[in-house]
Amino acid sequence: MKKRLMVAALLYLPVLTALAETKVSERLLANGLKVLVKEDHRSPVVVSQVWYKVGSSYEPGGITGISHMLEHMMFKGTDKHPVGEFSKIIAENGGDENAFTGRDYTAYFQTMNKSRLEVSFELEADRMRHLHLLPDELKKELQVVTEERRMRTDDKPRAKMEEYFMAMAYSNSPYKNPVIGWPADIASYTVEDLQAWYQRWYAPNNATLVVVGDVEPEAVFSLAEKYFAELKTSTIEPLKPQTEVEQVGSRQMTVKLPAKLPYIIMGYKVPTLKTAADESEAYALEVLSGVLDGGSSARLSSQLVRGKQIAISASAAYDLSSRLPEMFVLEGTPAEGKSVLALQKALTDQVAQLQSQLISPDELARIKAQVLASAVYERDSMFYQALQLGMMETVGLGWKKVDEYVDKVNQVTAEQVRAVARKYLIEDHLNIAYLEPQALTGHSTPDNNGVAGSSIQGDLHHAR
Amino acid sequence: MRVSLIGIVILLFSPVVWSAAKIEHWQTPQGSRVYYVHTEGLPMVDLEVVFDAGSARDGKQYGLAALTSALLDTGAGKWNADDIAQRFESVGASMGAGVSSDMAWLSLRSLTEQPLLDKALDTLQTILAKPSFNEADFKREKNQVLAGLKHREESPGELASVAFYKALYGDHPYGHPGSGFKESVAPLKAEDLRHFYKTYYVAANAIVIIVGDLNREQAEQTAKRLLSGLSTGQKPAPIPEVVMPTQASIQNIKFPSSQTHVVVGEPGTFRGDKDYFSLYVGNHVLGGGGLVSKLFDEIREKRGLAYSASSSLAPLLRKGPFAVGLQTRNDQTPEALSVLNTTLADFINQGPTEAELTASKKNITGGFAMRFDTNKELLNYVSVIGFYGLPLDYLDTFQQNIEQVSVDSIKQAFNSHIDLRILQTVTVGGESASAK
Repeated sequence: MKKRLMVAALLYLPVLTALAETKVSERLLANGLKVLVKEDHRSPVVVSQVWYKVGSSYEPGGITGISHMLEHMMFKGTDKHPVGEFSKIIAENGGDENAFTGRDYTAYFQTMNKSRLEVSFELEADRMRHLHLLPDELKKELQVVTEERRMRTDDKPRAKMEEYFMAMAYSNSPYKNPVIGWPADIASYTVEDLQAWYQRWYAPNNATLVVVGDVEPEAVFSLAEKYFAELKTSTIEPLKPQTEVEQVGSRQMTVKLPAKLPYIIMGYKVPTLKTAADESEAYALEVLSGVLDGGSSARLSSQLVRGKQIAISASAAYDLSSRLPEMFVLEGTPAEGKSVLALQKALTDQVAQLQSQLISPDELARIKAQVLASAVYERDSMFYQALQLGMMETVGLGWKKVDEYVDKVNQVTAEQVRAVARKYLIEDHLNIAYLEPQALTGHSTPDNNGVAGSSIQGDLHHAR
Repeated sequence: MRVSLIGIVILLFSPVVWSAAKIEHWQTPQGSRVYYVHTEGLPMVDLEVVFDAGSARDGKQYGLAALTSALLDTGAGKWNADDIAQRFESVGASMGAGVSSDMAWLSLRSLTEQPLLDKALDTLQTILAKPSFNEADFKREKNQVLAGLKHREESPGELASVAFYKALYGDHPYGHPGSGFKESVAPLKAEDLRHFYKTYYVAANAIVIIVGDLNREQAEQTAKRLLSGLSTGQKPAPIPEVVMPTQASIQNIKFPSSQTHVVVGEPGTFRGDKDYFSLYVGNHVLGGGGLVSKLFDEIREKRGLAYSASSSLAPLLRKGPFAVGLQTRNDQTPEALSVLNTTLADFINQGPTEAELTASKKNITGGFAMRFDTNKELLNYVSVIGFYGLPLDYLDTFQQNIEQVSVDSIKQAFNSHIDLRILQTVTVGGESASAK
């Protein structure tokens, strides 16, 4: 034990050296656009991201998924640049680009040679206020999004199960709706719906421009002034809170879909950094997540997948940066011959153990070492650095939370971890879904009986 | 303590003149090749030990290479899986292992602070030299693989991939999926894995790639240390050449999904092919260019037939697959397939326009620096350069090679490599009539 702690102490030195250099420059333009710049001179490259405070959790019923649909339409032309030109210009300038939509944000990005940052600014500023929403383009893009939904959700049993699970677990929180939207809503968007959504949220005072790369902050600010300053400010109506009502008793559901393996998802309602009365609770939940699933030495792998061999896979997840109250999620596939109920018992036993016993100093030291090391590794990627800043800013926590993270996790004690386990991982706030596999009827197995090999498609979450 | 330390930190970042990575290369006395790139700015290192021990070495025991790789970190020397995981994770290091068609690799990402790196390297060295392959771990890992094979039967995309490789390669070592089949994995024994390990995880068959903030001397010692427990062994004979399909084929596999997955292609090209750059740029125009390509335009932008439509060229030691793929609502499959085939045929017959060629070249050369602006990406490039014996100045000459590609060279390259008469087509889906 003593030895492990010493290692953690050693770890502190080099990491500090690296982390101390992180410096973000911030500028607020007169029209409300916030610009964040972080220098990284390791390559002559720049990442530029525009983040809008809008996502699926902003959407009322009937038009779920409209933020994502609008994200697709943002590539369909403006007064200055007709359909298709945006992507062609970026490509010809050696750029790499895309966009993604989440529950709490919509973001657009380009990665370019540092000399081309201006190209990205010109195009992003243009489509922030001057988008053309054309009926013919919407008609085609609706088909594309419908295909995207089929690919990501409809034909994937676990993704579909998760969709049903969220819809059950949340009573009134907009987190009950899928980011991509419900099928009937997707089928019914009109140009007017999209126009209204665009007008309501796409404005400089509802956006953050994040730039990370081989740049000088002052030069970036001047460039941002040049292209974005003229954009008009909007009145952004405050979002209704839609605060989730308290759950008063556990909920279970069975999802029957064509599949080969059973699966279980369990979710406890928990606060996030934004919603916790005391933010240390969110950091304690983060550490708790690491105790269960922070690597191959963590408890779920070590005790359930190896030890008891009750699961083929088991994982824990918690997103402390969500804008609204979240779930702490445990999920897994039972091993051959084991039932989902047996796996459920094993998972709840893990929770009970966290409530009754303190985690060991070794475990705590290991998690802190990993967090520190990750903070260095993350800096290998400009994109990821920009992502963190943009996300924290957009959910309303402020980018400074990124810099605080390592320190705050370091302050978490074993007692705090036990306390959040006792306070939040309680049965009355638990939601469970079971995937009950149905025959893949008529599935004509080829003679090699094989269904393996690597997937042809990647899985970039709700990207364009 | 922390605060005072921040005060005395000397900034490591200084703007430097950027050039393509400088790859240093040497050979160990036992015949292992080492490739090293020094990067500054972050106190971390990424490294890989790669063997010619991918699934192409399975023989008839499909899945053997992958299972051997999966067992490596479950026990070594006197340590069990928990000990090994704790040793890496307690110093913030992460270790991985896996196989592709040609390669088996072990990877490590670690901080460079000596005591931390030492512990991670010791652990990796032991895994390389003394893996246990004990019976209990073997059984558990095999069950996991079997469950994984079952899980993949849920996926029309993966079913398509398996059928596609079989159609392209038949009984050639590239013709089966790396994880194997139920029938081939079930009979495997721990002894088979031990034998595979002894044959292929040897110094003469190893290369080491190191990218990060270590100096040359540290890199030399690291490589030497990692390989110190391996027997010398010998390099295995190269796998056979690919036998090209003699005629076109179409397989329609029924599956209860709302979309049909379509893959069309044939064996394409190999690493080191003299036509590689022409094929690369041509494929970029055709369907490799992300949001801007002929296929993306025809299938998605003009017709809204699919979310993704692309083509890919995966050069391997032997001819890797050239593949064109999309997914579309079941009842649109004939239309989408027809647009795909027409777009492909037109491209092969006519080649790109000058404008398309110029646009693609600009994208490729303009974005060159972004291809390896992280240690991880750079490591991947160096690994390919090392494993396939590409010239060490591959990255330095890359842009020049791209610039030399012409409309004619693309036409010629595609005509000599992609024969429309032997295209293999696989579709999976179409069973559910309710798709709308």
